[in-house]
Amino acid sequence: MQLNNKATVASALAGAACALLGTPAAQAEEGMLKDWQFDTAILYYGETDRVSLAEGVINATKTNDDDSIFNVKLVLDTLTGASANGAVAQPYAQTFSRPSGKDGYVVNAGETPLDDTFRDTRVQVSGSWMQPFADTWRATGAVNVSTEYDYLSLGLSGLLEKDLFMRNTTLSAGLSFQFDSIDPVGGTPDALTSMLVPTYLGDDNDEGEDEFEWDDDYEEGENKTGSESKTTTDLILGVTQVINRRMLMQFNYGLSVVDGYMTDPYKLLSVVDNAGMTQDIIYEGRPDSRTKHSFFWQTKYALDNAVVDVSYRFATDDWDIDSHTIDSRFRFNLGDNDYIQPHLRYYQQSAAEFYRPFLNQADPLPMYASADYRVGEMTAYTLGLKYGHKMENGHEWAVRAEYYQQDPKNAGFDEPGVLADLDLYPSVKAVILQFNYHF
Amino acid sequence: MKRKFLAFVALAGVLQLSGCASLGVQPWERDLLAKDEMALGAEGVDLGLDDHIYFSKEATSGGRSFAGGGCGCN
Repeated sequence: MQLNNKATVASALAGAACALLGTPAAQAEEGMLKDWQFDTAILYYGETDRVSLAEGVINATKTNDDDSIFNVKLVLDTLTGASANGAVAQPYAQTFSRPSGKDGYVVNAGETPLDDTFRDTRVQVSGSWMQPFADTWRATGAVNVSTEYDYLSLGLSGLLEKDLFMRNTTLSAGLSFQFDSIDPVGGTPDALTSMLVPTYLGDDNDEGEDEFEWDDDYEEGENKTGSESKTTTDLILGVTQVINRRMLMQFNYGLSVVDGYMTDPYKLLSVVDNAGMTQDIIYEGRPDSRTKHSFFWQTKYALDNAVVDVSYRFATDDWDIDSHTIDSRFRFNLGDNDYIQPHLRYYQQSAAEFYRPFLNQADPLPMYASADYRVGEMTAYTLGLKYGHKMENGHEWAVRAEYYQQDPKNAGFDEPGVLADLDLYPSVKAVILQFNYHF
Repeated sequence: MKRKFLAFVALAGVLQLSGCASLGVQPWERDLLAKDEMALGAEGVDLGLDDHIYFSKEATSGGRSFAGGGCGCN
């Protein structure tokens, strides 16, 4: 083994020397890269009239002579488009200020208010090392950094695994710690305070752009403070069991404790009167602690020319959000080099206790409130199909096309006056396209 | 009635445990389990991309692995 390591170092040095001298290094490179596996993918995610995302992944894995595994992953994504701001539709056009506080936007009568300012690029780098020891143990350490314009996330995690009963049973325990900081565009708004809205002057200027006017006493950054942060501690305990020659099962329990700022600083709430007409627009506010439990079960079953993969997850937390997720993939091998794989996923969640589609002016202001449909009651499903092909040189490619639809639901809130005639829970429809290449 | 029920539960438990003893395979019976597509984390890149999408669009995350944080996704 020592000799092999020396050989690798020697070939690396030889490669570097060749590169410096400008001589062909192909032979040296081949030696260096033969232990590496690369998984790459590009993904497009696009919602009708809303957000679209392009994401690229390069995942490199090296298996060493002692069976330890080094993995490094780079993810790049760029997001543009519109996102529901949380306010309700109204029978007249509404004006909002942009998060920067420097500009405004107008939403047409009867339309769900969308803020189309979102534009962000994210870079994520993660690395891990898995080390087997004492024959039946494995330890994995991982680090993770993700950064975007207004957000930074740093994470550390460790996982310990132990094989039992001729490796038919594996016990695992993992701990992860994550630190996130957010520095919202225009500052962090004070929860449940009014958004200052400019007056819309029209688009009569030469460029045809919308023009807005602010009150004389308006100060940029009013009711707003600086950056915020949160920490997430996760614990996972798992058992993996080989059932028989064809079947494998896994069960995980996960505990996640989050402390700190979990409000979405860009989300708003409408305060309406008894006729359902908006009287005020305020910033949302969520509790600063959350404890989540998840129970995850997965089974894989091998048929002669197919693999069935079914998983179920139940999650519950102290925000009163309970969710059920069923995820299934059926892989059918078409000969030795091709496969086709349908994917079905169903998701259902109940609303957070502080979820309010809007607030009623007559009611006292609650301590926390959010109109973000993502913490409301909803069901969602995904339908997808993947086709993969292995080439003669051993490289593999695959394409995947999926349709994802979210259907938010009314969690039992009365809709006064004009709100009864407006669609407060519009569906979100998205298309996912992906191309993978493995070499 | 209650005693009968308890006896039934105990019997069921014993049967379950003796069932566990026959779980698993011998090393030479791992031909199907050893296939790449039978690994629990097969298609890891797809699973990672899916996690990012659903983490951003739904209130629950994790289960298969750490729930984490990681992005201020909209």
